[in-house]
Amino acid sequence: MLKKRIIPCLDIQNGRTVKGVNFVGLRDAGDPVEMAEKYAKDGADELVFLDITATIENRDTLIDLVSKIAERINIPFTVGGGIRTLEDAARLIQNGADKVSLNSAAISNPSVITDIKQVFGAQSLVIAIDAKRIGDEWFVFSHGGRKNTGLKVVEWAKEVELLGAGEILLTTMDSDGTKNGFNLELLEKVNKSVNIPLIASGGAGNRQHFKDLFTKTKVSAGLAASIFHFGEISIPQLKTYLLDNNLPIRK
Amino acid sequence: MIAIIDYQAGNIQSVSNAVERLGFDTVLTRDKQTILQADKVILPGVGEASSAMNNLTKYELDTLIKNIKQPFLGICLGLQLMCDSSEEGQTNGLGIFNTKVKRFSAAEKVPHMGWNTLNTLKGPLFNRMDQSPDVYFVHSFYAELSKYSIAQCDYILPFSAAMQKDNYYATQFHPEKSGTIGQEILKNFLIL
Repeated sequence: MLKKRIIPCLDIQNGRTVKGVNFVGLRDAGDPVEMAEKYAKDGADELVFLDITATIENRDTLIDLVSKIAERINIPFTVGGGIRTLEDAARLIQNGADKVSLNSAAISNPSVITDIKQVFGAQSLVIAIDAKRIGDEWFVFSHGGRKNTGLKVVEWAKEVELLGAGEILLTTMDSDGTKNGFNLELLEKVNKSVNIPLIASGGAGNRQHFKDLFTKTKVSAGLAASIFHFGEISIPQLKTYLLDNNLPIRK
Repeated sequence: MIAIIDYQAGNIQSVSNAVERLGFDTVLTRDKQTILQADKVILPGVGEASSAMNNLTKYELDTLIKNIKQPFLGICLGLQLMCDSSEEGQTNGLGIFNTKVKRFSAAEKVPHMGWNTLNTLKGPLFNRMDQSPDVYFVHSFYAELSKYSIAQCDYILPFSAAMQKDNYYATQFHPEKSGTIGQEILKNFLIL
């Protein structure tokens, strides 16, 4: 049986791991290569690295980091942040990233999705969507959550699938870093509207939140950062708890 | 020396890293002499079947692979290219395994992505290991079960998770990305 995936996310700034609350107020949380190795040993199913500075000057630092991670860990990992073109994606993949994740660039230039898919295949491409509720509607935000694109989340999710995305990473910004639980309603709605795997992100604060995610929705994976980095939940403890609750989890 | 065939098919660095972590020397190459002189040969690959097959033909590696005598391992797209044909891009394959590669129906999410359980394990790749290990898959196309199947997996339907014919081995999953279990499987190939 296909297992539900637990994915720690490491936000990278100048080669270090950071994680903020509601995207501001960043704290330093450690060396990404060491953390990646520890998570892999602990049973993380995949890893995601997001370069949150993503400036052109920092590109070479990120590429170096990606090759170091690829040398040391033996589980799949995704790299995101500042990828705008097929060439950006190619450089990361050729240095050992299994997947790349695009957000703002896919919104301003959707054809980049198809470009990457044609060369590296849909499985190498994750589209990250930052969602925020305004009134009764969920909208897609870009530029680190600062700009409302006016796109509706479900419609954009369907479009990226059509263009060639292999997976969607959906973050509900209202809950990101709050530890109040995943937004199950939006996740299930988006999950039902596409036929590619969906990774849930934003709001994980305890074991119960992951159990709710995997029992009340059919999403494929749950992603979290701060609860893992600061040792509030260890991955082995989380996995044991989910297995005890009869969920399909890799031991 | 372990030759890893470089035919411009995605992330092949991972395969090389995984083999080197096990203490073997690797060379990423498309040079025929280098491939023929290697102890073992690996055909990795993520990407699209018809363009990958075109590259193999362009570098004249198709005939070489069909006649190779060393232990040979195809991974993921590598496995699919070793079959007769693939529905992806309607391409012919190398024809080592007389079976077809088809697209998963949309009954579940496609690609089949993540950790899934192997069953019905046979042969040396799975020596000294748990009989139902979880390994990492990411693919939208699959090889049907056949007489070559040495491991099965269930997703939408049972399919070939690994295949063997003589010196030719292939895995649909990624041993290089499957943690310590994947490392064991890769090691079993490297010590054949």
